[in-house]
Amino acid sequence: MYKLSTSRVFLILAICAVGIFFAVPNMLKDKDSLPKWWQPVNLGLDLQGGSNLLLQVKMDDVLKERMSTIEDSVRQVLRDNRIRYKNLQANSDGVTVEIENAGSRATAISKFSKIDDGLEIVEDGNNVITIKYSDFAINQLKAKVVDQSIEIVRRRIDELGTKEPVIQGQGRDRIVVQLPGLQNPEAVKVLLGKTAKMSFHMVDSRSTAADARRGMLSSSSRLVSGDGGTYVISRKPVVGGENLIDAQVAYQDGSPVVSFKFNTIGGKKFGEATKNNVGERLAIVLDNEVISAPTIQSAILGGSGVITGNFDVKSANDLALLLRSGALPAPLEVIEERTVGAGLGADSIKAGVFASIIGLICVVLFMLAAYGLFGLFTTITVFINLFLMLGVLSIMGATLTLPGIAGVILTIGMAVDANVLIFERMREEVKNGRSTRDAADAGFTEAWRTILDSNLTTLVAGFVLFYFGTGPVRGFAVTLTVGVLTSMFTSVTVSRLIITYWLNRFKPKKLPI
Amino acid sequence: MKIFNWVTKDTNFNFMKAAKPTFIVSTLLVILSFVSFAVKGFNYGIDFSGGILIEIESPEAIDAESLRKQLTEVKLDDLNIQSIGDSGQEFMIRAQAESLDEKAQMAAVSEIKNVLGSDYEYKRVELVGPQVGSELKRAGLLASVGAILAISLYIWIRFEWQFALGAMIGLFHDLIITAGLLSFFHLDFSLTTVAALLTLAGYSVNDTVVTYDRIRENLQKFRRMPQTDLLNKSINDILSRTILTGLTTLLAAGALFIWGGDALRSFSFTIVWGILIGTYSSIYVCGTFLNLFDLRAAQDDKNINPFGNVD
Repeated sequence: MYKLSTSRVFLILAICAVGIFFAVPNMLKDKDSLPKWWQPVNLGLDLQGGSNLLLQVKMDDVLKERMSTIEDSVRQVLRDNRIRYKNLQANSDGVTVEIENAGSRATAISKFSKIDDGLEIVEDGNNVITIKYSDFAINQLKAKVVDQSIEIVRRRIDELGTKEPVIQGQGRDRIVVQLPGLQNPEAVKVLLGKTAKMSFHMVDSRSTAADARRGMLSSSSRLVSGDGGTYVISRKPVVGGENLIDAQVAYQDGSPVVSFKFNTIGGKKFGEATKNNVGERLAIVLDNEVISAPTIQSAILGGSGVITGNFDVKSANDLALLLRSGALPAPLEVIEERTVGAGLGADSIKAGVFASIIGLICVVLFMLAAYGLFGLFTTITVFINLFLMLGVLSIMGATLTLPGIAGVILTIGMAVDANVLIFERMREEVKNGRSTRDAADAGFTEAWRTILDSNLTTLVAGFVLFYFGTGPVRGFAVTLTVGVLTSMFTSVTVSRLIITYWLNRFKPKKLPI
Repeated sequence: MKIFNWVTKDTNFNFMKAAKPTFIVSTLLVILSFVSFAVKGFNYGIDFSGGILIEIESPEAIDAESLRKQLTEVKLDDLNIQSIGDSGQEFMIRAQAESLDEKAQMAAVSEIKNVLGSDYEYKRVELVGPQVGSELKRAGLLASVGAILAISLYIWIRFEWQFALGAMIGLFHDLIITAGLLSFFHLDFSLTTVAALLTLAGYSVNDTVVTYDRIRENLQKFRRMPQTDLLNKSINDILSRTILTGLTTLLAAGALFIWGGDALRSFSFTIVWGILIGTYSSIYVCGTFLNLFDLRAAQDDKNINPFGNVD
């Protein structure tokens, strides 16, 4: 016979108490002042409103850029060593060059390997040398680019003052940005869509854009458009944006400008360049576009300056923010967006909670009508289950989504199955002539196997959904799985405790089923 | 307090008598489902197809015509406008053009917002790039296949092969007909639909397992009873449980369907339907299927590998 040993009763009650204790924060009005370890369950963005962005880090661009740098180095190496070559090409996979002379080829290969760590140099049978990064180096580069991107994205979003943003990597080359409460992420998308690579270049005063178009462009210069024209600028920047330490909006003659400040190295380079080129023009290039190209009036030695351009207050603000938070190592692209207005989120919670309550009432009334007193016992376990579920979800720090609420309701409905199985079994045992107490005991022990069996299939579905699902579906999988587990505990253990207590206390002649 | 008496009443229905007509109905429904897959296909939501979806609300009723006219400014081939709810104040704008890449989608969203201005509240904005869409499709498919495989594995370990086969047939029967229904009525097929289908799979097998457990138990207990009677008795034995559990889950899912809001409508519809068909199939597909075999003989040589003795 089932014994109500003190330790067993204590354990069961303790589990219930702990569960209920951790469920309590969900019921409180003032949730902000609660300690960290005693928090309500997190609400998904589909319930609290907000924006979820999935960003793709465009690795190809980084690789292409890397390879074009390597191409430059390769050209330099070949020139320095007076090696004849042809078909020097770079793409995102690697750099290829053809060298006919076998001796020069060997020299070249030995020099190429010194260009950068992690380079692999392969020679095919047709005099062509391919220079590329090893898979290991590529993966390291990718990981570094993603990490840096996350950092820059975080800085930009922090500047916007969004509350509690979540920014994390996903997979090998993606970043998830969650912005609770943000209704219109257009501004964020625009900000994140800019790499904000800034550099200062000298404008080549010897050749004009027209010359360049005719093919008279020296290899140390390039053509860049912007600020209402096309400029020939030096390929090599005077100083790059990585040396910037601050940028702010300022006003000059009543119109907004962006003031900036370099670190020591940057300031020194900038000072030297401006000192040596008074009277020349300096192009300020942002993401391959000239913002402005002022003429240097005098040496700028303080390490700071201003960018004037066609700014309004907003664009000046944006540029200052971008420069302050630094350039992204790779362009980002929004490949998925899910934004839910706070109003819709609140409506969803209301509808979900309302449906849950109605569902709960229906189930409870139904069980009472079907089983009477035992239905009442079931009701108690259903409520304890609800608290336990909330408690476990809160302890886990799980996120409750709209489909998650659906999971709660469904488990309420399914959880009584265990009780039904038990009660039906008891009824049969009574019919087979067993005594009240034996029948009650047998009901639990005989039904247990079936309960375990039938719940396992739902658990399997839950686990798989959790593993493969994303976002809201995962939320559903979590509540379904947790709900099935807690319901097995309440409808078997807690029910048994209640019924055994009732049998001991009232010593009924027959079971009310 | 107790109101229903039928719950505790012993029943004695002859379920096996209806084996033939229900077999015909089930087979027909499965065939029709396949026809619908082929002819009508699925109404994939943007989760799977990729695209943009915007839900707007206005304090006053929105005139569909003028909204449409406004949106012609946005150069999109496949712009779908649809009223949601009964108020006439909420509209859904959807574009699923396959040709839209991520950049074009982003541009389209901001253009639509520009054109519509601030007269509307944007209740929901979703953008799924084509790449993400196909990935989600794959994830959904993997989840479904994974869940079905895992459940099947469990059934094969747990039961003799006739039972396992019966449970699998029941499972596929339910999934196919439900998917057929979604296809036929052109209901939105999204990630949450996949979740609903897998929940349905769990429930359906759950119900079958309970039925089969009882059949196995009775096979041991009543060694002389003719098989058809025994199957009938087993189903009758647990009929009250089948109905009670079905009804409570149905009540919960029904509440969700009626009051749970638009976002969960197709999800809860699938669940409600799934409970009905899952209950039906565990009696009329899984139960009647077993009658094709001599279960007692199977039970007796339970320990012999079923694939080893074909003679």
